[in-house]
Amino acid sequence: MNPNLKRLRRSMMFLNCQKPGLIKDPYVYAPDSILLDLEDAVAEREKDAARYSLYHALQEIDYRGVERVVRINGLDSDLWEEDIRCAVAGGCDAIRIPKTETAEDVRRVEAAVEAAEKDYGRELGSTLIMAALESAKGVMNAYSICTSSERMFGIALSGGDYTKDLQTTISGTGVELMGARQNMIIAARAAGVQCFDTVYTNLNDMEGFRRDVQTIKTMGFDGKSIINPRQIPIVHEIFTPTQKEIVFAEKVVHEIDTKKAQGIGVFTVDGKMIDIAFYDGAKRTLALAKASGVYKGDI
Amino acid sequence: MKNAVGREIPEEILKLTGKEPFQGNNYKQGVPFRRMGPIIRPNMDNQHSKLVGSIREALEKCHAHNGMTVSFHHHFREGDLIVNMVMKEIHDMGLKNITVAATSLGKAHDPLVPMIEDGTITRIEASGVRGKIGEAISAGKLKGLAIMRSHGGRVRSLVTGETKVDIAFIGAPTSDDYGNLRGIGGKTNCGVLSYSHVDGDCAEYVVAITDCLVPFPNFPAHISMTKVDYVCVVDAIGIPEKIATGAAKPTTDQRKLMMAEYCTQVVVNTPYFKDGFSYQTGVGGASIASTISLTKIMQERGIKMGFGVGGLTKPMCDLLDMGLVRVLMDTQAFDLDAVSNVINPAHHRITAGAYANPFNKGAFVNRLDYVILASLEVDVHFNCNVVVGSDGVITGAQGGHPDTAQGAKCTIVICPLLQGRIPAICTDVTTVTTPGESVDIVVTDYGVAVNPNRPDLLEALKKADCVPLKTIEELRDIAYSIVGEPEPVEFEDRIVGIIEARDGTIMDVVRQVKPIPEH
Repeated sequence: MNPNLKRLRRSMMFLNCQKPGLIKDPYVYAPDSILLDLEDAVAEREKDAARYSLYHALQEIDYRGVERVVRINGLDSDLWEEDIRCAVAGGCDAIRIPKTETAEDVRRVEAAVEAAEKDYGRELGSTLIMAALESAKGVMNAYSICTSSERMFGIALSGGDYTKDLQTTISGTGVELMGARQNMIIAARAAGVQCFDTVYTNLNDMEGFRRDVQTIKTMGFDGKSIINPRQIPIVHEIFTPTQKEIVFAEKVVHEIDTKKAQGIGVFTVDGKMIDIAFYDGAKRTLALAKASGVYKGDI
Repeated sequence: MKNAVGREIPEEILKLTGKEPFQGNNYKQGVPFRRMGPIIRPNMDNQHSKLVGSIREALEKCHAHNGMTVSFHHHFREGDLIVNMVMKEIHDMGLKNITVAATSLGKAHDPLVPMIEDGTITRIEASGVRGKIGEAISAGKLKGLAIMRSHGGRVRSLVTGETKVDIAFIGAPTSDDYGNLRGIGGKTNCGVLSYSHVDGDCAEYVVAITDCLVPFPNFPAHISMTKVDYVCVVDAIGIPEKIATGAAKPTTDQRKLMMAEYCTQVVVNTPYFKDGFSYQTGVGGASIASTISLTKIMQERGIKMGFGVGGLTKPMCDLLDMGLVRVLMDTQAFDLDAVSNVINPAHHRITAGAYANPFNKGAFVNRLDYVILASLEVDVHFNCNVVVGSDGVITGAQGGHPDTAQGAKCTIVICPLLQGRIPAICTDVTTVTTPGESVDIVVTDYGVAVNPNRPDLLEALKKADCVPLKTIEELRDIAYSIVGEPEPVEFEDRIVGIIEARDGTIMDVVRQVKPIPEH
């Protein structure tokens, strides 16, 4: 299994490949992943130039551990295959498929990725895939999309196109996204892949953004697509476990391990009833805390 | 001859200017000099009127002549109309070989370029120049030398008589008919007249130009009638919206916010951050953001500032209004909030001399704990360049940079690692304007470097583990690894300007740039 399938992806920042100034050093903002965009942000007549910048950026720039995901053009265009060849030749970490509707879409991309890996001498299976769901059909097929490929690490909601398809608009309350979010997180968890939320486009409303991130975190999402580096600290703050949560998780893991040896199944920690069902959750909290750099313990 | 920052200062320039090469910050400590006094023409006749009908009449009464030196202040910033107005009249009179000794020149003064080309203006002395004048000087169009000196250095050059001003023109937002001048009121309110005090003290003739004549006495006067020879009323002395705009919106650029946060962390984790500390900052996005985040920490920890000094902005005035700073010492108002805040009794106007003159018996900058500065380039010796662009063209001003950097106990320079494709942290700056011995800490978007001659600060920051610490060489190497090491800029042999150190010695020379061949 590719070890990067489960890496930390709290923040995935879109960057327009048409703008070299944006893609030259986004790692200073410390996002977990960058989404190097060849699709919507790039003007139709600049697609070639964007690919050229992308390839050289991937080849020349040390992104210092930040994951490099390339958003290719839609499968309904005549651009996506060449996008994949450039991205894989450049050595990207993953491909993001826009407007994914079926497992077959993923398999077409997978075949192209595999061919490119062979053509450019990249390790087979090294390029991961994620799928953006942007329509009712895509959301309904979420589970089969999640389970369509060994390379699949997660699905992401793309709220703009999705709400258009639903014949509504983004309201700011999240009501219109509720069904998709619920369906997608359930499907992703059932398939054992990650799930990412849509962008929040109003940069003047950082409080609204904060509430939105809090909501999706509570729902179980792994992270969020973002459009501006200002949003990164907020996402990381919300996704990073608090010291209180870390201490509690440490106690839970420690107590479960100890009590198990003593043949005790259920007990209390800080007045809360704890049993084996809490074990994985506590472990996840500690892993997230460690990945976020706020936990240096050895559990 | 190489000076103390390793710059070659040619003998011909030392001979031409009678100056010494820079020999370190405190070279002139305690060295006595005699203060220069101007020629005064007394007014005892109570029938004498100081009012003149035009700039031309003022020039004639002040015996304007070929080869004279005229001076101006830059309190009206890019909204200034005075310099162009006076220089046009001088040009129309056919006078030549004029030295313009302004506190600073900006893009507003682009119309001076033809006067440089036709020999009306042959020397310029200023904190720096922006816009087309800088390009003209760098292209070798100015016949004589341009001398770039700091705000404090300018006061020194006037009081020592090194710069002898024949006629000082002081744009005054309000004046009475006897020359009591104030920086506030009128149509072109700029708050203070700090930079002009020394001109009032040292120039042979002083002409006030106003567009708002008020009844006598215009009091309390910022510059007194005792120093003013003539008063000229014109339609407009400045463009108000270009003098002071509304407070700059706090930056939303995450890179600047990150640098601001590093800067704040540096301040609050170094030993001078305690009740009564003193502080100066600039108008850049990161500087303003840093002041705002510092305010929050001051409130949390119950720490108050003793004094804030320098060119002032809204966030500094907010500190005063919140009771978080005891007094503000104002040399320049950068926004309308700072202009209107001067009515606060704890907001004091000070002269440029009191602010920064190194040849005083003491200046405010010497009592600074922290100063936050910006720079176009910083090199691995911590030398800063704030005047000459990386393309070799004069494009900025020293302002109070060298003054405050030397004076403050902890000098922090904020500078992004890259300016577009140019590495701002480099092996050698294009031109040295502030010596590395004055600079303690450099804050970039890639990390923070501490000058090795400040192990105490390095230790404090290491202990606090609050910012990513790097050596300056590491920062330079990262910059070069991203954009490569630039080829040195190609210059002609001719020296077009000198960067004067605070004490009047020569920090560096600026040469004519080679024209880029046209393809």
